[in-house]
Amino acid sequence: MYQIVKKKVLNPTVTLMEIDAPLVAKKAEPGQFIILRVDAAGERIPLTVADFDREKGTVTIIFQIVGATTEALNHLEEGDSLHDFVGPLGVPSHTEGLRKVAVVGGGVGCAIAYPIAKKLHRQGAVVHSVVGFRSHDLVILEDEFAAVSDKLCMMTDDGSHGTRGLVTNALKELIESGEQYDEVIAIGPLVMMKFVAALTREYGIKTVVSMNPIMIDGTGMCGGCRLTVGGKTKFACVDGPDFDGHEVDFDEAMERASMYRPFEQARREETCNLFKKEVR
Amino acid sequence: MANLSPRKNEMPTQAPDVRSHNFLEVALGYTEAQALDEAARCLNCKNMPCVAGCPVQIHIPAFIQKVAAGEFEEAYQIISEASSLPAVCGRVCPQESQCEQKCVRGIKGEPVGIGRLERFVADWHNEHSDPASVRRPTPNGHKAAVIGSGPSGLTCAGDLAKKGYEVTVFEALHLAGGVLVYGIPEFRLPKAIVQKDVDTLKALGVKVETNMVIGKVLSIDELFDMGYESVFIGSGAGLPRFMNIPGENLKGVYSANEFLTRVNLMKAYQEGSATPIQNARKVAVVGGGNVAMDAARSAKRLGAEEVTIVYRRSEAELPARKEEVEHAKEEGIRFRLLTNPVEILPGENGFVGGMECVEMTLGEPDESGRRRPVVKEGSEFVLDVDCVIMSIGTSPNPLIKSTTEGLATQRWGGIIADEETGLTSREGVYAGGDAVTGAATVILAMGAGKAAARAMDQYMQNKDR
Repeated sequence: MYQIVKKKVLNPTVTLMEIDAPLVAKKAEPGQFIILRVDAAGERIPLTVADFDREKGTVTIIFQIVGATTEALNHLEEGDSLHDFVGPLGVPSHTEGLRKVAVVGGGVGCAIAYPIAKKLHRQGAVVHSVVGFRSHDLVILEDEFAAVSDKLCMMTDDGSHGTRGLVTNALKELIESGEQYDEVIAIGPLVMMKFVAALTREYGIKTVVSMNPIMIDGTGMCGGCRLTVGGKTKFACVDGPDFDGHEVDFDEAMERASMYRPFEQARREETCNLFKKEVR
Repeated sequence: MANLSPRKNEMPTQAPDVRSHNFLEVALGYTEAQALDEAARCLNCKNMPCVAGCPVQIHIPAFIQKVAAGEFEEAYQIISEASSLPAVCGRVCPQESQCEQKCVRGIKGEPVGIGRLERFVADWHNEHSDPASVRRPTPNGHKAAVIGSGPSGLTCAGDLAKKGYEVTVFEALHLAGGVLVYGIPEFRLPKAIVQKDVDTLKALGVKVETNMVIGKVLSIDELFDMGYESVFIGSGAGLPRFMNIPGENLKGVYSANEFLTRVNLMKAYQEGSATPIQNARKVAVVGGGNVAMDAARSAKRLGAEEVTIVYRRSEAELPARKEEVEHAKEEGIRFRLLTNPVEILPGENGFVGGMECVEMTLGEPDESGRRRPVVKEGSEFVLDVDCVIMSIGTSPNPLIKSTTEGLATQRWGGIIADEETGLTSREGVYAGGDAVTGAATVILAMGAGKAAARAMDQYMQNKDR
């Protein structure tokens, strides 16, 4: 069992948890992910590592409540335990040799972008962070990003915080103003990563995206997480989750991600009711 | 007096029209009377041809004589000297091409139902015993690690534990059993039986650590640093293969591994399961092995109206066990043989709408010795399906290879291991099962686990001197 040592609600739909998992913490690197099960009958869900503390032996996850499992996870409190927590899985993000990087995060994707920005900053790279949210109340990790970024562009769809607009607007401005990046790292909704990649392709800037497809085992056994990258089938769990954004077939990935959406919605509603009963 | 009937006692089964709607076990097992009658067919041959056909060399005539005498627990003890998983093997071994193929009774009639007797004995034992009562061997002070808790790993762990080794099994998933729990369906191998075998190993002192992906959480070198003196790699088959035809990433295309994992390990067939699975109407399963049969029969049980096996060679070349093919046919699975998919066609909302296929004919034998399928010109047609399950094999998982320096692998990725001992290119590291051979059977993997345990024992004992 893996105990929740800290829980923090970041916004109404996004929660941070620090999990006691010393073996995972010992090896975890930014860009890698874990798979967890809430209870003995739970489904396996992948979540990217948001942070880790090797000395304390803890791994931080940040998740958005999107389905029944994340809903159930969100109902656990400090001191409760997760049934399963396995990792670190996948290939760590490549940061070696990068001197100037634009890190683009969208929504809860910022949770994954942040440790990469932090690692780059510690390596001495110049980090420009461009983070986007729908509105002010959904903003997460602003101070954390500010602490590791040489420049921080805060964007909201409705202009309720930072600048009104999309992350691509800000990124384009930075590039147009003459900033020269070795690489752009974009992590967020598929549609955001698709448009960031489309933008940087015009300028010929290498772009890495972190893919988060549907997964079951996460160890290279089921093939459910396959993607088309550069015309070839790749498995996000062992080949990724980072891929060259200019090579990923985003339209296919978006289609595949919707496979179980009706099932998920129905189940989440059921679960909500169950929890309501319990609370009462 | 031997029973001279030329035919085996039939295995009682659930009726096909009943079982194709449930996930309960298909074969129900012999009654005591049937077992006694079948055991009396064994001639107790002096030269024991059947034993030579068994990858783990169970002393078959000896256990059958005990069955004939009604001494079922004694029969079990004889089997368990050689096999750590009798209840599993009695169900999933291809006996027809192993022990039973060599049976003298098979010359003029049907061979003795060795597999069915093995299953009877194991089930009898499981019903009348408690794993906790197993006597723990005296520890010999040595530590061994086993990677993977499938058939090869469990066998290796069991054999080492019986010799007094302190054995830890590292399993990547949340449950022990490997392919026995994620791959082979409940209706062919109830998971409670696998659990019982795992519990017996635990009672012997074997530690099972789940959620341990070796190559990620720990490396093989770290296992040695932790005091394990020898390591067995039984990490299994690995990544599923696809055909690389258009449309393979449409929604509704599964690998057999994914489909079966959702159904078996994650219990998607149960009402209220947390893991979703497509509610398919017409399913095509591409491939002709046991895994393909398992996937097809599972799809039928999930409620598909029509399930079709699509295989590019003819019935004679089907790699699946004959019994599995028979069972599938009885349950109404259709077979489109000499047929090969060329494209999966999109339907509505990005889901599968059909599968274009071509008919094949068989030409000259290829390097595998089987006749090579050749496309029949102008034979294209579209199969009406909304779900396609690819069951055309796997390629080895790269996790261990990529994190273990000096571990030699084949060009196709399989770990190179000595056929007799399982020794790899690394001292103290042994390997067996699908990770070495590519996709094969449970019993071959068990044989490899057994051989490796013997060699690891020798290695650790010699190291001591």
